[in-house]
Amino acid sequence: MSETAAASAEMHHSSTGLPSRKLLMWAFIGSECMLFGSLIITYLVYRGRSIVGPYPDELLNIPFITVTTFVLLMSSLTMVLALAAVQRNDMRQGKLWLLMTALLGLVFLSGQVYEFTHFVHEGLGLTTNLFGASFFLLTGTHGAHVFVGVIWLMTLFVLAVSGKLTSENAETVEITGLYWHFVDVVWIVLFTIIYLLV
Amino acid sequence: MRHPWRLLKSALPIFAIVALAGLVSGCGGPYPQSALRPASDFATSLDDLFQGIFFWAVIVFVVVEGALLVAVFRFRDREGKRAAEHVHGNTILEVSWTIAPALILVLIAVPTIRTIWEVDRPTTDPDALLIEAVGHQWWWEFRYPDLGIVTANEIHVPVGRTVDIRLTSADVIHSFWFPRAGGKRDVIPGHETHLWFKMDSVGVFPGQCAEFCGMSHALMKMEMVSESEEAFEAWVALQQKPALGTGDTAAPAEPEEVAEGEDVPEPQADPLDPELRAILNAGNQAFLGSGCIACHRIEGTVAAGVLGPDLTHVGSRRKIVAGILENTPENMARWLQNPSAVKPGSLMPTMPLDEDTIRTLVAYLESLK
Amino acid sequence: MSVSQASHDSAGTTAVHEGTYSGGLWSWVTTVDHKRIGIMYAVFAFFFFLVGGLEALLIRIQLGSPESTLIDPDLYNQLFTMHGTTMVFLAVMPLSAAFFNFLVPLQIGARDVAFPRLNAFSLWVFVFGALFLNSSFLFGGAPDAGWFGYANLTSTQYSPGVRIDFWVLGLQILGVSSIAAALNFIVTIINLRAPGMSLMRMPLFTWMTFVTSFLLILAFPAITVGLVLLMFDRTFGTSFFNPAAGGDVLLWQHLFWIFGHPEVYILLLPGLGIVSEVIPTFSRKPLFGYPFVVYSGILIAFLGFGVWAHHMFAVGLGPIGNTVFSATTMLIAIPTGVKIFNWIATMWGGSLRFKMPLYFAVGFIAMFIIGGLSGVMHSSAAADLQQTDSYFVVAHIHYVLFGGVIFALFSGIYYWFPKITGKMLSEGIGKAHFWLMIISFNLTFFPQHYLGMHGMPRRTFTYQEGLGFEAMNLMSTIGSLVLGFSILIFLWNVFHSLRKGESAGPDPWGGATLEWAIDSPPPHYNFRVEPTVHSRDPLWAEGGLDVDVNDPTAPEPHMPSPSLWPCILAFGLVLAAIGAVAKTLLVVLLGAGVVVVAIYGWAFQPLER
Repeated sequence: MSETAAASAEMHHSSTGLPSRKLLMWAFIGSECMLFGSLIITYLVYRGRSIVGPYPDELLNIPFITVTTFVLLMSSLTMVLALAAVQRNDMRQGKLWLLMTALLGLVFLSGQVYEFTHFVHEGLGLTTNLFGASFFLLTGTHGAHVFVGVIWLMTLFVLAVSGKLTSENAETVEITGLYWHFVDVVWIVLFTIIYLLV
Repeated sequence: MRHPWRLLKSALPIFAIVALAGLVSGCGGPYPQSALRPASDFATSLDDLFQGIFFWAVIVFVVVEGALLVAVFRFRDREGKRAAEHVHGNTILEVSWTIAPALILVLIAVPTIRTIWEVDRPTTDPDALLIEAVGHQWWWEFRYPDLGIVTANEIHVPVGRTVDIRLTSADVIHSFWFPRAGGKRDVIPGHETHLWFKMDSVGVFPGQCAEFCGMSHALMKMEMVSESEEAFEAWVALQQKPALGTGDTAAPAEPEEVAEGEDVPEPQADPLDPELRAILNAGNQAFLGSGCIACHRIEGTVAAGVLGPDLTHVGSRRKIVAGILENTPENMARWLQNPSAVKPGSLMPTMPLDEDTIRTLVAYLESLK
Repeated sequence: MSVSQASHDSAGTTAVHEGTYSGGLWSWVTTVDHKRIGIMYAVFAFFFFLVGGLEALLIRIQLGSPESTLIDPDLYNQLFTMHGTTMVFLAVMPLSAAFFNFLVPLQIGARDVAFPRLNAFSLWVFVFGALFLNSSFLFGGAPDAGWFGYANLTSTQYSPGVRIDFWVLGLQILGVSSIAAALNFIVTIINLRAPGMSLMRMPLFTWMTFVTSFLLILAFPAITVGLVLLMFDRTFGTSFFNPAAGGDVLLWQHLFWIFGHPEVYILLLPGLGIVSEVIPTFSRKPLFGYPFVVYSGILIAFLGFGVWAHHMFAVGLGPIGNTVFSATTMLIAIPTGVKIFNWIATMWGGSLRFKMPLYFAVGFIAMFIIGGLSGVMHSSAAADLQQTDSYFVVAHIHYVLFGGVIFALFSGIYYWFPKITGKMLSEGIGKAHFWLMIISFNLTFFPQHYLGMHGMPRRTFTYQEGLGFEAMNLMSTIGSLVLGFSILIFLWNVFHSLRKGESAGPDPWGGATLEWAIDSPPPHYNFRVEPTVHSRDPLWAEGGLDVDVNDPTAPEPHMPSPSLWPCILAFGLVLAAIGAVAKTLLVVLLGAGVVVVAIYGWAFQPLER
């Protein structure tokens, strides 16, 4: 995970003083904002345009999702703790918090799987109506991002366990964190738009 | 070193080509479908606007291309020419060539916005004639809801009267365009769009679909007949009648069994001559027997299909097959033999019709004036 | 000029330079060198430019006479769809990417891009994606719903079969390539500039690459979402674009054009950058109004996101929408004009050397003005009701994209060919190419303005006799054939010059930017010693560069090792797409498996071995 061009780095680490990989992640997040923005626009355009049920107000379980939202928010906190631990080379804590972050992400994903299954039981499939299609696509895309994040965190955890992750790789953990926090922030927006503005 | 004029000479062919292109393009004609020959209030507004913008475009073209040419010829490297001075910019110049185009754009924007607000709002004319146009792959259905008329690919409008066209689509997106009547308006499934105009001259105007809509998009044409109020009324009266051979031209009823002693009713005379009656009867049979009725409607008969064009007065139309063929018996026969050969991808299937049936059907359809 | 030629004195270093392109096929497949990647981009893009051109010629031959039956509508619709798709995604964008790759690191004084393997990945995704898209011709036909693919014509109801599936997946794959490349160039330009090269000292081409890269990462997600919605409709039976179930077909148009209009500037801005490099060099005078040219490029890109609905003036947006989008569209004319005026002002008072790059640059300006002016005509929503979807628009886009972009790209090819290959292109053959191309270009496209105004809709496989379209169409067809021939002359020039061309030396034109300080072709590490930049035109400064960037006594820099993982990863993506088109879950999973393995292989392979 050391994509930074060594050759270039050899000449001058960076013109801005920022690591190139971090800039890459920021630019990628900019692009992702447009991706989620377009999906959110699609969801909003189709709000209230389903011509058959079930409709959102019959299905959305706000208390349940509030809990999983809280879990995901907590994972941002553990992510911060993980980075701080790795930066001070406290790999025991670092491992713990990386694992915790991944597990909290998994809990959130399980919540989503439960919610999807519940919706399907209630008669809302992907093709049932526009709400189903735009809801599953939007939250599913977010869920896929969480899933990628969990795999990424697990990989870092395995590396840490095998001793290959040390404070020298703090930058890698920091970039993982950037991604993870971004995915969390997107969820706050989705939670507001899908569940609170129902 | 080359003389600058040599470059000018070598640049001549390009000017010659542009001039030639303009010349050849300008003549020819008569361009029956040209947006540059407006024949309605709508088309005239757009053309006036276009001419105004074109005027400014020509001025900008001459000034900027002129400046480019002067720069190219005047500042060529020559022997003894002193080295270029390294000038980095000039703020006053920058400001002026920002403001000058902005001013020209204002001069374009003002009439643009005025025209937008003139043509993009619903018509306020209370006497407007409402016509519904429905786009189909690849033909046009026209309905006059207030007059009870349904026809296809040919629209009749009274000159000097506002026509309000309500556009919907039966399948994919199309675009309604009679260039001489004005700009185009997309015909969108799930949406209703509008267009209105008032023709200011009499004539037949071609139009066609302007949004790519599949295989035979290029063959989705139509015609507008702009005519005097009297001619229009006559056309309306004709179209409102049920199909020939039905209604008041229906065959007289067979005399019923009459009881003994009653007066035998006078047998009614057939309003049509026997030859035409025979054509209609045979055609009607063939029309029923060949499956045509699954998609086509003929008012007054059992044919009530809605997928294809209404054929009640198909014989009265100038053209057939979405305006690409003259309405002649030969063309009609060609179409019936193999629709996909005339209009590739056509939804009308090739029916297994023998020569005789085709002849009967053609005679029948052509008689439906 | 203090640029030392010393490197040629040592046989050893010269061998290294020749080694820039040596090595077998395998060394090209696994390369991570931005120069080799740039060359491969150029070769593949030019190949697809020829394919797209051939499609255009078939289209023109069909339209040469009224009611022609040479090409049936089914094939015609595939041809015009693939012509547009190919030229936009497989020819012009990758040709620009070829220039980005080869030049940006050289212009900013770097040894490579920030992420060399990601760069190789972008290339291979483009190559495999392009082949995937074109393979559709062999499997049931190519996409045939237009390069804009308006819903609901693209639904399974109106477009059964796999044609549209190829298009949907192909464009998503190409989007991955573009976004990956753009991210790379953003970071490269932000972070790998030589000391002293502040943003406002960057060469204009690098600037426009920078702006274009932002457009790419911000515009592509919109079409990606549109394509995903369409894919869901086609594959899983959702109703995003099905009006019968409440779906809105106009949502596609909004998503497509929110991408599509910035895409126009993605195609155009690199060309503007090239011309902004060529004109100063051949005027022997710095670019006039540098900051204004830079800011106008940024402004064009920024405004480009606020004008998408001008492609939809005929859908009935209502007077408010049409007014707003007319106004924003007109605004774009201002920064565009500023650029043109600054180029003319750069030539003004200069000492113009008419070499081929300048011929094409001036041809570009002359044609681009015409395209810009017809663009202003479209910006007027009301006037556009007559023009939109007619041949007038076909004329307009070709004046912008061919008269503009292609002329600019040829200017760039003639300008940088010596740097890339070490050989000069022939000026004599070049002149024949230029004059034939500009004359036939006008012969082809100028009459189309009239065709459109006289009522010929675009995307029509034929036209009836009697509408007055015959003469102009014939003229256009003749022009297009000559235009095709002029491209062959260019190819001859390339082959001729590669074998017999004059040797170029490091700086054949007296350029001002860093790439001219090193050998042609550059050694694989570009700069042996890192340059320091003190001005916008470092090689024109008094005394030139203050270090010898080619100093053979300096230690030879270590460069990243070749890697096959980017190519494997790209292959995995396309394999998954093949599975999706073939509706074979197993192949999709296999492709996904390859992707996962390749990501891990890549991540754990050290950059240098």
